[in-house]
Amino acid sequence: MRAPLSWLKDFTPIEADPGDAAAIGHLRDAFDSLGLVVEQVERVGEGLEGVVLAQVLEVLPIEGADRIRQVFVDAGGEGRVEIVCGATNFAPGDVVPLATVGAELPNGMVIARRKMRGVTSDGMLCSGRELHLDDGVDGLLVLAKGETGSGELPEAIKLGAPLAEYLGIERDVVFHLEIEPNRPDCLSIAGIARDLAAAVGLSFSLPAATSGARSGPATSGPEAGAGEESGATIKTFAPEACPRLLGQVLTGVVPVPSPERVARRLELAGMRPINSVVDASNYVMLELGQPTHPYDLDRLGGGGISVRWARPGEHLETLDGNDHALVAEDLVITDANDEVVGLAGAMGGASSEITEATRRVLLEVADFESRAIGTAAQRHGLRTEASVRFWRGTDPEGLGRAAARFAQLVIEAQLAAGLEAPVVAPVLLAGPGRAERPPIRLRISRLNALLGTELTQSRVAELLAPIEFSSTPDGEDLLVRVPSFRPDATREVDLIEEVARHHGYRAIEPTQRRSPKVGRLSEGQRARRELRRVLQGLGASEAWTSSLVDPALLARVGSLAPALEVLNPVVSGESALRTHLLPGLLAALGHNEARRNGAIRLFEIGKVFHTEDGVPAEEEHLAVLLAGTDDGAPAAVRLWQRLLDATRVEPGAVNLGALGGTGADAHAAAGLYPSRAGLLSDASGAVVGALGEVDPGVLERFGLEQRPVGVVVLNLDALFALPRRPARARPISRFPSSDLDLAFVLPEEVPAAELEAALRAASGEELESITLIDVYRGPGIAEGARGLTFRLRLSSLEHTLSDAELVELRRRNIEAATARGATLRG
Amino acid sequence: MTDQDEPQSFPSAEELEAFVASSLMAIEKVTDLAGLDELEATLLGRRSPLLAWRRLLGVLPPAERPSAGESLQIARRGIEPVVEARRAELAEAERARRLVADRLDLTEVLPGPLAGHLHLVTQVREQLEDVFLGMGYEIAEGPEVETDWYNFTALNIPQYHPARSSQDSFYLDLADKETYLLRTQTSPVQIRLLERGELPIYAVAPGRVYRRDTPDARHLPVFHQIEGIVVDKGVTFGDLAGTIRTFVGAIFGTEIKTRLRPGYFPFTEPSAEFEITCTICHGEGCRTCSGSGWIELGGCGMVHPAVFEATGVDSELYSGFAFGFGIDRLALMAHEVEDLRTFIENDIRFLTQF
Repeated sequence: MRAPLSWLKDFTPIEADPGDAAAIGHLRDAFDSLGLVVEQVERVGEGLEGVVLAQVLEVLPIEGADRIRQVFVDAGGEGRVEIVCGATNFAPGDVVPLATVGAELPNGMVIARRKMRGVTSDGMLCSGRELHLDDGVDGLLVLAKGETGSGELPEAIKLGAPLAEYLGIERDVVFHLEIEPNRPDCLSIAGIARDLAAAVGLSFSLPAATSGARSGPATSGPEAGAGEESGATIKTFAPEACPRLLGQVLTGVVPVPSPERVARRLELAGMRPINSVVDASNYVMLELGQPTHPYDLDRLGGGGISVRWARPGEHLETLDGNDHALVAEDLVITDANDEVVGLAGAMGGASSEITEATRRVLLEVADFESRAIGTAAQRHGLRTEASVRFWRGTDPEGLGRAAARFAQLVIEAQLAAGLEAPVVAPVLLAGPGRAERPPIRLRISRLNALLGTELTQSRVAELLAPIEFSSTPDGEDLLVRVPSFRPDATREVDLIEEVARHHGYRAIEPTQRRSPKVGRLSEGQRARRELRRVLQGLGASEAWTSSLVDPALLARVGSLAPALEVLNPVVSGESALRTHLLPGLLAALGHNEARRNGAIRLFEIGKVFHTEDGVPAEEEHLAVLLAGTDDGAPAAVRLWQRLLDATRVEPGAVNLGALGGTGADAHAAAGLYPSRAGLLSDASGAVVGALGEVDPGVLERFGLEQRPVGVVVLNLDALFALPRRPARARPISRFPSSDLDLAFVLPEEVPAAELEAALRAASGEELESITLIDVYRGPGIAEGARGLTFRLRLSSLEHTLSDAELVELRRRNIEAATARGATLRG
Repeated sequence: MTDQDEPQSFPSAEELEAFVASSLMAIEKVTDLAGLDELEATLLGRRSPLLAWRRLLGVLPPAERPSAGESLQIARRGIEPVVEARRAELAEAERARRLVADRLDLTEVLPGPLAGHLHLVTQVREQLEDVFLGMGYEIAEGPEVETDWYNFTALNIPQYHPARSSQDSFYLDLADKETYLLRTQTSPVQIRLLERGELPIYAVAPGRVYRRDTPDARHLPVFHQIEGIVVDKGVTFGDLAGTIRTFVGAIFGTEIKTRLRPGYFPFTEPSAEFEITCTICHGEGCRTCSGSGWIELGGCGMVHPAVFEATGVDSELYSGFAFGFGIDRLALMAHEVEDLRTFIENDIRFLTQF
């Protein structure tokens, strides 16, 4: 909402001068502390000092120049002024703005005497754009077309007079305010002025001319409102959505350009002036917050309007040229022949709009129920100045005031244009009106308890009075009557907020409230942090990728699970909630690879989504990509072992098996290379994750370089649910340990883990650790087998192991290995 | 003389002198510590002439024995310190040699494995969590796919409320009668905490939220927020102001001031926006704060009675406040990141800066 200072001054005696930066800053601060946040302070009418009216006398070419010409103008002073000008859209006799030497234009340019091609220029003829008056066409701002030969000028034009004076432009400041949805009253200049006046301690009043006509006594029934003298009828057939409809007929109307002051204010507020009738309607809406709609009464079938619910199948072509198919929940305006002429509160139809030929106007001023207008406006994409105001809530008692103000403006415009004033018929009313709202009890004790203040009953009443919340004491409480223009205030806490606003948020003393609890991370939160630290220590950097992705991205890893789709994606194509972290991470790898940062390790922890019996479900996953100089899958396995160790999950609680299977197993394995990957599952067989290498085919689909890329994917919800090793100290031997290296040949079909488990079992309590230290394939080893060397570190808590004991341990291990199909390498 | 053979007679004074003299020459000639150790054994050890001569003392007449013994002691004392001195000399020379040989240019070291970095947003999030843990708050979590009830209705945003139009949410395409959407704020976690019914509540809920904003330098449709909620007996607006001051001080330093101005959120009343002293110019006024010296950090307010009513908490007995702000935006601001989209590109050159 744009609020020009000059307009605010119509309602409250603010003294601030537009040029007084300190005073303007003070107002800005006052707005901010009221919650009417100032987004911008726009200064207008600056830079017009030294710009005067001048009449072109003669235009001459300049030798050797085809883009500039010499112009002689009469600027009211003695003699002719000599100017060099590049524009061509004017002729002798025209009146144009002249920036004289020394003038500073709005863009900061200072006009000086110059010489171009030997011709002197004593100023500059200006375009509207250069003066920040319009952003329109090229060429000079031609203020009046001169008749060649005749020296006559319109009466208003005095050569040499300041342009600002001629245009009626005062220096002004426009506050661009952000109005929150709970302040419908501040979608009007008057409402803003009322709040501001209360904050700075000034009086506020609606000028007499606009406060005159109030809505007359309520009439009831849809048939009410016919008026013989006005020759029009108004009816409401939907009093639940339009409890009150007011009609105002003006005859003898001639749409003319609005007076400069009205047009200027509309422009400052961001609306384009059209003609005196439409402008008056817009002006009233901006000033009082009440939208109105003027109809050409002679183009309304049957000479009247009604409000009713639309019938399915009906259509409306709105003023903007769009066709709308209507539904039964749309509230519409019809003419007296029941033809739809507008979508109530949002936009009128093209058939009855005001034209230059309009002579009789029927003004519709309605009190609509906010929800009816809001939903219809949303449904039809008609978020107009009017629909926004109705949706947020207008003043049900402001109809008559708006009608009177409209009539006054139309009258003034016609009188200013030298025409007769139109005739204004008595207002027509239909609908039962709204029931009066009961007063709200405001407990002062409650107010102080909630705010942490010590305000007295009388102080609270004083704070509420200037914003027209009238109150009467009732014991220690106040009974507060909410003004009709504040439909948002419906309960005690709304009043408390108003008191707090006008008391000043900053005047409320900050106090300390201490939690009686101890802040502590949950197990899962601690484990997640630990995981991040471990991954970081392993050289992996954390990425975060969008949870909303293109379904095609998911398809690239061969994800089979149906993704949840959003109905209304904002980035075209990004409609699916990710089912895996891997695609996003592979895309991030691609981003890096394209920038030659390919040798990286990335991980992400985040939610993935699916449906369970038609209901959305989410899981927290971890995915790691190892795209360094690593050896792919082995690096992934090592990383997994480190994670297992760090999370203290019982090593026996997770099994590493082959990829394959269907359902959840296949889902978890998406994107992995079956030859070099495995599935992690818990004791019950439920999937915990998968690890190995990214499928070369997937790398290709992502446009990634072909190389081993290690991957670990874990369902953290499942992982953290697994049994964990207690963090209890295990005794370490005081005696030196002995290393026993054993080299075996093992057939390819037997997993190394099986041999390791056998050795572990055979070594018993004496085993401190077991490590695979070498894998060998090649000469000396039969085809279909490989050499595996394990280092067993052995010790006893009681004594140093003797040679005999070591020999026995060696024998037992070899025996156990042999039982698994291994043979000792010579 | 240093004969290897066992001497037959006790040496004369001249012989002893000659032995000492030749020993000293030998010591002088030794060039390394191992040679010196060997020489020392030869000259003074068990097989040295000195010990052999000592054994001959017994054959001397008793009257000569003391002076003879004395002469052997003198000879030994003439050698021993010289050995020690030479040892020190050689040790020093040896160390000097090693020093030269072992010299390493510490600036020619090859880099080791790359260090990993946590995402800047995670770092800021954990920093915030730690501040609130220190204040005695729990870290609460909730789902990212929410129902209409948790995201809107229970938060006092009924179906036809104007506030819903500005939320612009992502709705899910499900046949279920329940309306599902991606949460537009972390506030649904408030409802879940209140429904849990364990009072008092002192909690923050960090997490990912979704809004239909077109991505640009300042907006992403997917981003992160942290929300705080306190519900207890006698909680006031003043407590809210004090709490905001406390955590802003803990995050930015106590020289950063806070202030509240009226705002609007359907689920709080009175509602406020909170601003902090611009962290770039410290209140002087700059481009970041549009010259005002203040930057808006987030929204807050007293929990609306309608929210208590929706979750079955007695609003006459309990009161509370809530606050929330963007984690990504805070990270952007605190680290002068120019474009939010940098966060989701995951360029390793960006990630490893923090």
